[in-house]
Amino acid sequence: MTDLAHLAALAPLLALAGAFVNGLFGRNLKEPAPGIIASVAVAAGFVLSLIAFFGVAGSGEAVRVGFGDFLRAGDFTLSLGFHLDQLSVLMMLIITGVGLLIHVYSIGYMHGDPGYSRYFAQLNLFVASMLVLVMADSFVLMFIGWEGVGVCSFLLIGFWYHDLANASAGRKAFIVNRVGDVGFLLAMFLTFKVFGSLDIQTVSAMAPTMLYGSAVLTGIGLLYLLAAAGKSAQLPLHVWLPDAMAGPTPVSALIHAATMVTAGVYLIARTSAVYAVAPAALATVAWVGVLTALVAAIAAVGQTDIKRILAYSTISQVGFMIAAVGAGAYWAGIFHVLTHAFFKALLFLGAGSVIHALGGEQDVRKMGGLGRRMRVTGTTALIATLAIAGVPFLSGFFSKDSIVVATFTSGALAGAGGEVLYALLMVTAGITAFYMFRWYYLVFAGEERLERGVSEKVHESPSVMTVPLTILAIGSVLVGYLGLPSFLADNRIAAWLGHATAAGEFSHPSVATEWLLLIASVVVAFIGLGLGYWVYAVGKGALAKRLGNAPIAGASRGAFGFDILYRALFVDTGAGTAEAVTLLDREVVDRGLVGLSGVVPLIGGLLRRWQSGQVRAYAFAMLVGAACLVAAAAIVGVLK
Amino acid sequence: MVGTEYYVAISAVLFAIGAVGVLTRRSAIMLFLSVELMLNAANLAMVAFARSWSASGATTALNGQAAVFIVLAVAAAEVAVGLGILVAIFRNRVSTNVDELSEVRA
Repeated sequence: MTDLAHLAALAPLLALAGAFVNGLFGRNLKEPAPGIIASVAVAAGFVLSLIAFFGVAGSGEAVRVGFGDFLRAGDFTLSLGFHLDQLSVLMMLIITGVGLLIHVYSIGYMHGDPGYSRYFAQLNLFVASMLVLVMADSFVLMFIGWEGVGVCSFLLIGFWYHDLANASAGRKAFIVNRVGDVGFLLAMFLTFKVFGSLDIQTVSAMAPTMLYGSAVLTGIGLLYLLAAAGKSAQLPLHVWLPDAMAGPTPVSALIHAATMVTAGVYLIARTSAVYAVAPAALATVAWVGVLTALVAAIAAVGQTDIKRILAYSTISQVGFMIAAVGAGAYWAGIFHVLTHAFFKALLFLGAGSVIHALGGEQDVRKMGGLGRRMRVTGTTALIATLAIAGVPFLSGFFSKDSIVVATFTSGALAGAGGEVLYALLMVTAGITAFYMFRWYYLVFAGEERLERGVSEKVHESPSVMTVPLTILAIGSVLVGYLGLPSFLADNRIAAWLGHATAAGEFSHPSVATEWLLLIASVVVAFIGLGLGYWVYAVGKGALAKRLGNAPIAGASRGAFGFDILYRALFVDTGAGTAEAVTLLDREVVDRGLVGLSGVVPLIGGLLRRWQSGQVRAYAFAMLVGAACLVAAAAIVGVLK
Repeated sequence: MVGTEYYVAISAVLFAIGAVGVLTRRSAIMLFLSVELMLNAANLAMVAFARSWSASGATTALNGQAAVFIVLAVAAAEVAVGLGILVAIFRNRVSTNVDELSEVRA
């Protein structure tokens, strides 16, 4: 099987080929054809990923697929290749598996769109880039994938670019991501300076021999954190993700929920060996994750757009993942990537199904009661809601609980406020349950508040959309059992990923304490759900209306004013600087040059009087000049 | 031997006559004559200095004499070209008055 695993190198190439075929010839194809081509390319990628998975599982060894040297400079060579280990094959399975379902769903969702083939070309290009990102064996190749997904994200957010708001949302995402990309580049430079190599495995092998906690290692860790914050929409670079909802909904599901935004988590898990010797950077990672989770969860409560709620929820959930890797529980972070990929993709696709049925309506205040008329969408959305809320026996419960417990028991956070982080995450988990209940209730339950003329058109989506929903719902229930708490059963995913990441230090509390932590998680989830039920189902949202003027409610609606702050700080400053430079150019440079051009004829007018055309005048001038020269020579001679 | 200062004095007088001629005369032909006068004043001065230089020193200084020959050659060339132009102007205008020739005035 190990030899067959090499075939997985073809997965990104197949997706790339799909992108080329759709991009070049898609216009000439009839409607479902581009979607089917794209889906087949991703399905083939999924099969290849499965082969790679069993190859790695069978031997327990990582597989390296080399493509030869990319560049040579002196005694430095950079070779390109794929490194398939437990971590990367799991990511490949998520990308191609969830990606395949979303491709199939898109065949129905994008039905009749004029940009049908362009959509699938870009979606395939994204899958190819994302696969390169997770399979790369060097930071350079990873960066290529990293930029590739950024470009595809930009293209797909601005997919309906005829609307200026969509185009500028894409631009915003791209620009904010650039900040993180600069962090990635600087981190690479520093890595090369310290380790003399950009090969991830070489760096990981060398990291434990470096000086523990040295400033330069902390710097590398913080710069990779900056990169992760950009791509994974973490504080303070999270502002692009809510706007990214301007893209088609399946794009939000695939790129901005299941895969691309988890690239930051992957990056930190991939460089775990470096973080293991840079504890300060690791603690910063945890703090960034927890604060992002809390801030975004509060912001999610105040949103009214069906997709924006989910966007803030994604930021918050990715915050959980970042907190997990920050606690040194790399497996828990990736585990949550896996479960989140299922239930969040499901939530987005469910939202897409609703938007599709309502003809483009996205305001949750104009929905309600849809669960009765869209059975499959409603039921699957309920499962996803309960999973993300942390209801026991669903996937989100196990992964979220493992993260929360990890912050409590982490040795890395022992001196860095681990207990505070634990408490904050518990609060966040409660808020998560609350806002997800609000989301579900306002959309699918309660009374109908549809606008006139919309109600009659409401219909369940075609099976090409509901089948992926059902599969994702099954996944949302089951994948959690890969990572049962280790004091109850074998934690398969922790053991699996332990081969590919550094081992974090954890204290091992007594079984009673473990049970207590578990029960606390359950209680918090039910408190959140219960509060939601009390406010929205029993109280019909009256309490929410009454509290609408409270400062916290305003802060939540405005997402703590980050957008306003950044507008004032960067956009307005930039525009002001540009205006000042324009003024300087026009008033000083231009005017100066124009003024100078006025001086030249002035001087010319003075000089032209000498050119009288009178030969004798010239002769006189020459005589006087010669006489002056002679006189000057004589004076100089006398003075000598 | 006649002193060098006499030659130089005559040279200066000749030069002054030439210069005044150039400045006061309007006929181009008279201008040429005056310029020739000035050139030859300079030639006279150079020959005179060359002679005194040879007489006073150990070496025979021929630089002055050689320069005079060059000046003579240049003066001949200048007159040839200048008279050619003059003839061309005279054909067009039936006048050699330089005050009327100011077309290149700026």
